[in-house]
Amino acid sequence: MAILVDAHTRVLCQGMTGWAGSHHSAQMIEYGTRIVAGVTPGKGGRVHIGVPVFDTVRAAVEQTKANASIVFVPPDYAAGAILEAIDAELPLVVAVTERIPVLEMVRVRDALKGSRTKLVGPNSQGVLAPGLCKIGVMATGSERPGSIGIMSRSASLTSEIVAQITSVGLGQSTTVGVGGDPIHGIGFIDCMEMFFADKDTTGIVLIGEIGGAEEERAAEFLAGIKPQIPIIALIVGRHAPPERRMGHAGALTKYKGADAASKIAALQAVGVIIAPSAHRVGETVREALAPPA
Amino acid sequence: MMVHEFQAKELLSCYGLVSPGGKVAITGQEAENIARGFSSGSIVVKAQVHAGGRGRAGGVIVVNSPEQAKSAAEKMLGQRLVTDQTGPLGRMTKRVYIERAIQARRELMIALLVDTTTAEFVVIGSASGGDDMEERALRGELKLERLPLRRDTEPSTGEIAAFAAALRLDGATQDAFCHLLLNLRRAFLELDASSIEINPLIVDEAGALQAFDVKMSLDDNALFKHSELAALWDEDDDHLELQSQRHQINYVALDGNIGIAANGAGLGLATLDMVRDAGGQPANFMDIRTTATSLNVAFGFGMLLKNPAMKVLLVNVHGGGMQPCDTIAEGLGIAARRTGRSLPTVVRLAGNNAEFARSRFANFGYPIIDCRDMWTAATKAVSIAGGA
Repeated sequence: MAILVDAHTRVLCQGMTGWAGSHHSAQMIEYGTRIVAGVTPGKGGRVHIGVPVFDTVRAAVEQTKANASIVFVPPDYAAGAILEAIDAELPLVVAVTERIPVLEMVRVRDALKGSRTKLVGPNSQGVLAPGLCKIGVMATGSERPGSIGIMSRSASLTSEIVAQITSVGLGQSTTVGVGGDPIHGIGFIDCMEMFFADKDTTGIVLIGEIGGAEEERAAEFLAGIKPQIPIIALIVGRHAPPERRMGHAGALTKYKGADAASKIAALQAVGVIIAPSAHRVGETVREALAPPA
Repeated sequence: MMVHEFQAKELLSCYGLVSPGGKVAITGQEAENIARGFSSGSIVVKAQVHAGGRGRAGGVIVVNSPEQAKSAAEKMLGQRLVTDQTGPLGRMTKRVYIERAIQARRELMIALLVDTTTAEFVVIGSASGGDDMEERALRGELKLERLPLRRDTEPSTGEIAAFAAALRLDGATQDAFCHLLLNLRRAFLELDASSIEINPLIVDEAGALQAFDVKMSLDDNALFKHSELAALWDEDDDHLELQSQRHQINYVALDGNIGIAANGAGLGLATLDMVRDAGGQPANFMDIRTTATSLNVAFGFGMLLKNPAMKVLLVNVHGGGMQPCDTIAEGLGIAARRTGRSLPTVVRLAGNNAEFARSRFANFGYPIIDCRDMWTAATKAVSIAGGA
């Protein structure tokens, strides 16, 4: 099984008629994802790459019973698109768009409170349940159905870790990119709660990095419970110079204690197994799942 | 995007923020002339650089005559100011701000910002301002007041008055503060700021409020709405970093000899860690964003190839759905042809179109040292660079 999605998830794509929307919708369909509708205001009534297009999310949901959305809308309209999906009560919205204005994300987070929607992203590579469903833009080919849940702030590093886990003979239940932006939808804690509730997930990999407080929050959450399955973490940016912007804004070491060493210490203190380097995550996971007798 | 103090004061003066009144100078003579225009009293000369901690680093000097203002300005202009926030290289001082010194009855601090950990737009304040806020916070001696601000509605009079009272403001000063706070909130929203910090905010002898220093930054992601504000960008020392941004590349210069390129910030940081673990010194951090085209990538590699400190390139790419490996290969091939340069290049390609990328390198006639995993690539690059 998987979290967030399954083989029956019906996906609509906001911004499907644009370049990125077209390209990735086609790739998702090829993977086996049920893309049931596209939404582009003003282009309702057309059929694009074999999929009906609607003017609004609500109309698309009414006619196609879509229960998830992926957002490829450019940054200036992306927050509006997410708000429309929340308003239509879609249970899952995956936002790929990056560089959404911060104050607009504040509005999105307000709208999420008390809503039926779980937002993944923005600036996320999406959600992948190998063999079942892909709602995202990640490379495929190295993944394999299995029991490891992956939650990550970084897209290409996730692909790398997926390949390592497959190469040590394991597979993935679901991979979730929580997104590289400082303000995003679901985080590590939400993912862990779902992974814990999923009987088929027997281990969790957390891929974190310098900046923000998401890893520290995850550690606080774990301190209050006794996880029944091993949690393995990779924190990158151990050697990044302090106070410099490294890539997306989420990697800004702005808060005291947002450096890699303090994140690693916080996670280690609550029993999380730390992968010593990015190239050793696969073997660390294998050892954690089958400790030597 | 950070704006300078003088720009922030000018922008916020449109929203009723009062400051002592100053002007920018780019030469010592200009500084003297500006100071002569002031009636009397002390004069403050302030370096205009994108960094805090100026006061303690000699970037803020109080003088008593226009002649002294001239010599203070000349001491700063054209020099690199190193503060505890600039890193060892410091920042070039191209302008100074000449301002009247004012007597303060009290100093406070307020800051409007988006708290990304809670996704809230808030104002925080302290009844005592100054340049040692962070140290006091670390020692647990700083009491911060906090008032959440909503985007769509103004805070109530009662909420603001309570916030002002917590900062120990009363009477006419409190009224002025409440008015100012509403205006700053409006400025923040209208200008799409990411932070506005006034420290110190001064209560002068007459009980009026004046901003002695303002630090302001704007949301990069919202600059597309504000071309007039984007024009305020001062390239400062981030010339290459800014140019890279325009080419969909996040670039940070470091001081080693191994050029690093990866697609994705996480993979880039991981590569940096591995190079350091293997005993090498990275010359830079370069994250090629998923939206970069091969020409954008060529710009990035051009920068690396032209850097005389560079001994070897390490390219770590995991091709994704948005950006296959061949885009990176093509970018490097184009950069090598454009610049006529090449460097020993250790490449690790995985994911989408890795094979095709190898053939692209071959087409360009660009020799690569092809490694199958990240650690082998990192150690190979380190040994070529002569470290470890």
